[in-house]
Amino acid sequence: MYDLLTNLLGNQIVAYVIAASLPLIFVLTFVLFAVLAERKVSAHMQDRLGPMRVGWHGIIQTLADMLKLLQKEDIVPEGADKTLFNLAPLLTFLGTYAAFAAIPFAGIYVGSSTAIGIYYVTAVSGLVVAGLLLAGWASDNKYSLYGAMRTAAQIVSYEIPTAIAILTMVMVSGTLSLMKISDMQTAHFWNWWILGGPETGIVKFLLIPFMIITFLIYYISSLAEVNRTPFDLPEAESELVSGYHTEYSGMKFAFFFLAEYANMFAVSAIAVTLFLGGFHSPIGYLGHSLGIDWLVPVEQFFWFTFKGTALVFVQMWLRWTLPRVRVDQLMVICWKYLIPYAVVNLIIVGIITLL
Amino acid sequence: MELYDIIFYLVALMVVVSAAIVVGSKNIVRAAYSLLFTFLGVAGIYILLGADFIGVTQLMVYVGGILILLLFGIMLTNKVYSVDIRRENAYIIPSIVIVGIFAAFLIFVMTETNWVTADPTFPNTTVFELGKTLLVHYSIIFEILAIVLLIALIGAATLARNDNKER
Repeated sequence: MYDLLTNLLGNQIVAYVIAASLPLIFVLTFVLFAVLAERKVSAHMQDRLGPMRVGWHGIIQTLADMLKLLQKEDIVPEGADKTLFNLAPLLTFLGTYAAFAAIPFAGIYVGSSTAIGIYYVTAVSGLVVAGLLLAGWASDNKYSLYGAMRTAAQIVSYEIPTAIAILTMVMVSGTLSLMKISDMQTAHFWNWWILGGPETGIVKFLLIPFMIITFLIYYISSLAEVNRTPFDLPEAESELVSGYHTEYSGMKFAFFFLAEYANMFAVSAIAVTLFLGGFHSPIGYLGHSLGIDWLVPVEQFFWFTFKGTALVFVQMWLRWTLPRVRVDQLMVICWKYLIPYAVVNLIIVGIITLL
Repeated sequence: MELYDIIFYLVALMVVVSAAIVVGSKNIVRAAYSLLFTFLGVAGIYILLGADFIGVTQLMVYVGGILILLLFGIMLTNKVYSVDIRRENAYIIPSIVIVGIFAAFLIFVMTETNWVTADPTFPNTTVFELGKTLLVHYSIIFEILAIVLLIALIGAATLARNDNKER
């Protein structure tokens, strides 16, 4: 992508800056619609209509909310550490956005097709924890600090099953590069890793149940990593007002919101890339059969966002269906169920791939 | 290589400035968060040098692991952030002399050594070579290190365990 942009613009630095801001455009548009979708999904699940006033069926409600947040007074609590208080939303969003650098949206639309893509994405998600802890501490509010502590404990714990599930996928695919993992699952949906990947014969059928288990382990622990219900203890309204962002208002609050929704898409994008064929079409490309070359990347982008958004929809669906777990249940789910299952699954998949 | 140089100096500046804040800050949480930027900068330098895996491991271990534990420790400790850290400047002259001698020694070594210069092409990735080296040539050391870590884990769990008999 850099070569294309460099040739187009004639300047390397401008090309890098543009390549770095392309995912931002996507993230902003996605968040704009995801926030509306969340409100609509929750409303329809509770037999309500949701926002209906702004635009057709409330379609530009989020835009109106954004304008309102932009105009709000910027309040910093008196006891807060001002520098750190202002740094926290930026740090949180930085960690989320850094992950988008390695996510392949389409064959030509990828920030960096680095050979260690998935490892990088797992590593930068650690920045989010630092940002949330900072937000909780700098606010000088006990609810914020409790929320931040819960977030950190939860994310650090659930990083382990996530990492083991990713490790399983790295082991069967033999590469850390998200681009290569996507390209392995090309052509048809039975080449997706959740359906045994491009393996053939008995190995493929033996792999299918364990791949589904790996996917479920990854999906459950990624829910906890992005603080979604049933693991939304860090912002449990009934206990902690709203957790680490209790004291934030206006644009800084919007930044946390942005980071949260961008993170939802990021973990779904990783799930899509590892298990559901990445940006590749499940049924072949229209561009190939019609002989129109430029249509293929467009289709790839469509399929990637379609699959990613579908997983985000499942996250919303779960949020409005399941109750919140208790803190002890949260830890039991992670340490007594997910981690042992993930390790056993890893060993079994290892034996199967050796067959 | 112009862009490369600019990025290198930006990252190096970030490391030096944030490290200075870590040493000079009175507030322990600010010092910890400056350390975050030091770690990020060091990871950036590793990646600029072509050591992608080491760079990301730096992020994973230091930012995702050690720094978070550090912050946890600070924030769970009661009132630690209202305590001023002692940082009076004692022994200024001896420390300047020792640091000066050490710096002169380092500069002497750096300028006088006949460095082996590798070919300037960056490897596309270091993962495969690193994996082979670790798991083929040094596999026994690798396994022993894993056992050391396991012992440390078990030891920590044993020390932290709430033994009901002793109550």
